[in-house]
Amino acid sequence: MKPPPFEYFCPATLDEAIGLLSERENAKVLAGGQSLMAMLNLRYVFPDVLVDINNLHDLASIDVTAERIRIGAMTRQRKIEVDAALFARAPIFRSALKLVGHRQTRNRGTIGGSLCHLDPASELPLLALLLDAVVEAAGPSGRRRIPARDFIAGFMMPGIAADEIVTAIEFSPWADTHTFGFNEFARRHGDFAIASSAVHIERDSSLVIQRAAIAIGGIGSVPQRHFAGEKLLVGTSGDAGAIAAVVEACDQLEVIGDFHGGPEYRLSVARTMLRRSLHSALPGPNRPVAA
Amino acid sequence: MHEIEMLINGRSYSGLAEARMTLADFLRHSLGLTGTHLGCEHGVCGACTVLVDGASVRSCLMLAVQAKGAIVETVEGLAATDGKLSPLQQAFQDTHGLQCGYCTPGMLMTIVELLRENAQPSEAQIRDAISGNICRCTGYQSIVEAVLLATGGKSAGRMSE
Repeated sequence: MKPPPFEYFCPATLDEAIGLLSERENAKVLAGGQSLMAMLNLRYVFPDVLVDINNLHDLASIDVTAERIRIGAMTRQRKIEVDAALFARAPIFRSALKLVGHRQTRNRGTIGGSLCHLDPASELPLLALLLDAVVEAAGPSGRRRIPARDFIAGFMMPGIAADEIVTAIEFSPWADTHTFGFNEFARRHGDFAIASSAVHIERDSSLVIQRAAIAIGGIGSVPQRHFAGEKLLVGTSGDAGAIAAVVEACDQLEVIGDFHGGPEYRLSVARTMLRRSLHSALPGPNRPVAA
Repeated sequence: MHEIEMLINGRSYSGLAEARMTLADFLRHSLGLTGTHLGCEHGVCGACTVLVDGASVRSCLMLAVQAKGAIVETVEGLAATDGKLSPLQQAFQDTHGLQCGYCTPGMLMTIVELLRENAQPSEAQIRDAISGNICRCTGYQSIVEAVLLATGGKSAGRMSE
């Protein structure tokens, strides 16, 4: 058997799950398991107790209104990918989800699991950061709401306590007329991205950019907002000069090297991904129209 | 130890397993259903793909205890009881869609899920569907040909004649 021995619980309620996490030493939450199971098989992690939350069906839902979108933590990635109501208000999710692992892992993998694993190259934490989402977590002293930028506390380090469970993410949808772009580069389909970029843009009736959000993943220890680029974009029409300046300003981001390549290479890939995302978010006479 | 019952290919099975036993190991070692293959055992190669409650999953990334009460489909359930291959399996044979056969069970189960949703997938959709299954010897071309043959689809590929 590959995984090390552990005690297994599959509680029927959230309170019971939190109780187990606070009473037992070295307990870990098992959500979709698409990262944790691999880490157990490789014996990278040795939990004494596994708290399987797959029976907490209340945590698996997508609620979409004009003001608020709420995605339960145990919602499977595949469900998020195909949800029609979510696609209507936040189509970037479908584009991003197509790049999360493979169909077989999206059938099991959850948004809460992806947020808590917090791989710097993974797509869902990048979207949470892009959309200024709030991560809701439940613990022994009740529920609290954590802004995504605080939730992303460090390299693979979610900003929650060991006895807290992420229950949902919430965010406000952008105007119906918003445009977006999502691009990433990986050596094989479904691999973690060497660099990824997500862009959301709102323009007024004369096509001047009123609001912009840009997030870059894969190149640093955590997903990052490209605030400098956002500032450069707002107030322009997203012309070639503005795009060049936004792409150039990527040098203000944290970039680290790994076995895929050095910082210069990764930054260069990030710039190309960002340029593509900006082009799909800014349809114009000489540009491809956003999907 | 956990007592685990599940319905596999329409038949009820039960066995005892430690919590840490993966579904893949339970199928192979406890139940003797060795049609499901294990390659990488960390969710990358796709050889161990089975259907759980109709959805394709990596059986190496799921605990057997999590499949308690589930409806599981494996490659053993594809052929008829008299051994006659399913149209998809026959197409794999006809187009040389397998050589060593190691990845085949995972390929087949992934494609079974695809075809239930989309009876006539395009070549691009087929390639996208099997992107999570690694094949090292046949190459993907003849696997794509097999799916097109089984579904009456058209190929732009080199082996269509």
